[in-house]
Amino acid sequence: MTTALDRAAKPDGPAGRLARAGGAAARWLVRVTGRGRALVVAVPYLWLFLFFFVPFLIVLKISFSQMVIAQPPFTDVFVWAEGWLPEIKATLANYIWLFQDALYWIAYLNSLKIAAIATLLCLLVGYPMAYAIARAGPTMRTLLLLMVILPFWTSFLLRVYAWIGILKQNGLLNNALIWAGVIDEPLAMLHNHFAVYLGIVYSYLPFMILPLYANLEKLDASLLEASADLGARPWKTFLTVTLPLSWPGVFAGSMLVFIPAVGEFVIPELLGGPDVLMIGKVLWNEFFSNRDWPVASAVTIVLILVLVIPLVAFQRQQDKAQQALE
Amino acid sequence: MPEASVSSPTAGRRLDPWERPDARTYVRIANVSKQFGGFTAVDDVSIDIYRSELFALLGASGCGKTTLLRMLAGFETPSSGRITIDDQDITHLPPYERPVNMMFQSYALFPHMSVWDNVAYGLKQDGVGRTEIRRRVGQILELVQLAPWAKRKPHQLSGGQRQRVALARALVKRPKVLLLDEPLAALDKKLREQTQFELMNIQDEVGVTFVFVTHDQEEAMTLSTRMAVMDKGRVMQMGTPTEIYEFPANRFTADFIGSINMMDGTVARLDGGRAQVAVSGFDRPFTVAVDPATTPLRQGQPVAVAVRPEKIAVHRDTGQAGEHPNLLRGVVRDFAYLGDASVLRVDIGGGRLIEVTAPNTRRALKREIDWDDPVVLWWDPEAAVVLTA
Repeated sequence: MTTALDRAAKPDGPAGRLARAGGAAARWLVRVTGRGRALVVAVPYLWLFLFFFVPFLIVLKISFSQMVIAQPPFTDVFVWAEGWLPEIKATLANYIWLFQDALYWIAYLNSLKIAAIATLLCLLVGYPMAYAIARAGPTMRTLLLLMVILPFWTSFLLRVYAWIGILKQNGLLNNALIWAGVIDEPLAMLHNHFAVYLGIVYSYLPFMILPLYANLEKLDASLLEASADLGARPWKTFLTVTLPLSWPGVFAGSMLVFIPAVGEFVIPELLGGPDVLMIGKVLWNEFFSNRDWPVASAVTIVLILVLVIPLVAFQRQQDKAQQALE
Repeated sequence: MPEASVSSPTAGRRLDPWERPDARTYVRIANVSKQFGGFTAVDDVSIDIYRSELFALLGASGCGKTTLLRMLAGFETPSSGRITIDDQDITHLPPYERPVNMMFQSYALFPHMSVWDNVAYGLKQDGVGRTEIRRRVGQILELVQLAPWAKRKPHQLSGGQRQRVALARALVKRPKVLLLDEPLAALDKKLREQTQFELMNIQDEVGVTFVFVTHDQEEAMTLSTRMAVMDKGRVMQMGTPTEIYEFPANRFTADFIGSINMMDGTVARLDGGRAQVAVSGFDRPFTVAVDPATTPLRQGQPVAVAVRPEKIAVHRDTGQAGEHPNLLRGVVRDFAYLGDASVLRVDIGGGRLIEVTAPNTRRALKREIDWDDPVVLWWDPEAAVVLTA
């Protein structure tokens, strides 16, 4: 069927000319916004390049140098002697040192262990909370989410300090328990592994809950009904439907807790005792107490490598989840 | 025409279960109500469904049909009343202990499982042996013609295929009752028609009792053995598609199913199987065949005369129409040519429009009747019904 509009839109018609002009304008707009898009993306990348990648390269360079008592406290890797090219005076001594001294190994493994256990604890506490928030009514949901985010309004350092007041020998918790008659002697709850786990779980719980909530909130309730209808009891439905479908949320939340927890310094420093050996504390000691910048840098580089592996795994998981949806 | 055409025509054939007084009820919904807060979603509904029926719950959205279905499935508990299936009281059983399975409107297929695992899921929950699972899943996938797609994930299937997976998954457990929530709503028209017949064939093959919810009267008409027309949580009428269409019990069903012309009046005279209904604005009363046993009337009672558009004969007014008990004259105000038939709206005076469907029996380029033509309309006393409620 040919309408008057179709006739007008023929290439030689008036509408055709208009369409061509419009097309040119649209192409121009695409070119400009295309450039604009590149600009928008470029700003954060420039930021990351200047304040993340460049410092990383500097740290990498320092890790190949030797310690000297000077200002700055390390030797130059690139020495500009005669000729065009600089002489490279790099050494792997710092890395060899890390591998030889059991202290570093133990600190790394201990950090991974503490981070892994804390992540698991966060998951165990956070999953039911995220599930409850996702299943709550709209008003209640907003309120509960607000309560999860609320601690961020206070400084992280202050909140960790507050735990000292709660956990110490004559702190709030011990006093309350003695007053209630649950215990006679105050419990040693501070400066040990318990306090560190508590601190990490407390501090990182929102990072577990939020991605899990975002995932569980999307879970189609009719799938749970279908499972029940097909004869699965509630716990079976949870294991066979809810849990597998929330796996991306579990993974995202676990990474958000695990990665920063491995390098955590403030919590083991404030709440942990001398026996809680974590790599963040070792790093701090190397840097500030021993003023051994090259070893401190090597510790950092190895830590980054240790964390890049789970990060890459995370990225691949995300890609896979994305592909499954398409 | 004999009186028998007005009452249900049962003589001389095998009786359907709902016509036999000794038939055993399979699904019994007895005085079931459901309140949500202050809102009554289902209001004192009683329905008896027989074995191997295809029973439709028909109504507009919010009429309570889905709530009723969800109470059969166990997702909602009745506020009062009882539901029994095969003499087992299931009113308070959780969904996973009921001998029913449901096909969800959204299909609710598990996205992380293959077609095979989706279908096998229910059998696994019952602890059926591995070889038995393999046999039954294979069998049901053959039935719904999905065997080649067994390894696919739901998102790799078309809408029609997903629908068949959902059906297979619900049927594989051999439920006593299969519940279907708007089974065809998500399909496009062509596929819907095809699937309708597939569903009927499958039901015939497996013999499971089907209870389905729909808002589509055509779907209910073609699929069901019987249906309940619901409005505001109550059953307005229950019966076979023919009963519902040809013998509507009240204004709501008459209006909801198909189109109908309704004229308010009063009973002027009763004469055995005939009622004369006087309608203001007409000098002559309309004559309607009635069955005193099913619709007892009294003189002066306010009623409505209702007649369906396809039961009205329409002819060009040549001024010499024959003698008919229900004869009207009017002018064509609206005309819609549908191909197989034409729909006319005839102005019969007093602002009244009568809708008439005329089959196109002859092939002609020029219409016999067109806009603004004077026409005569008539219908047989047996073609109309008297509505009291």
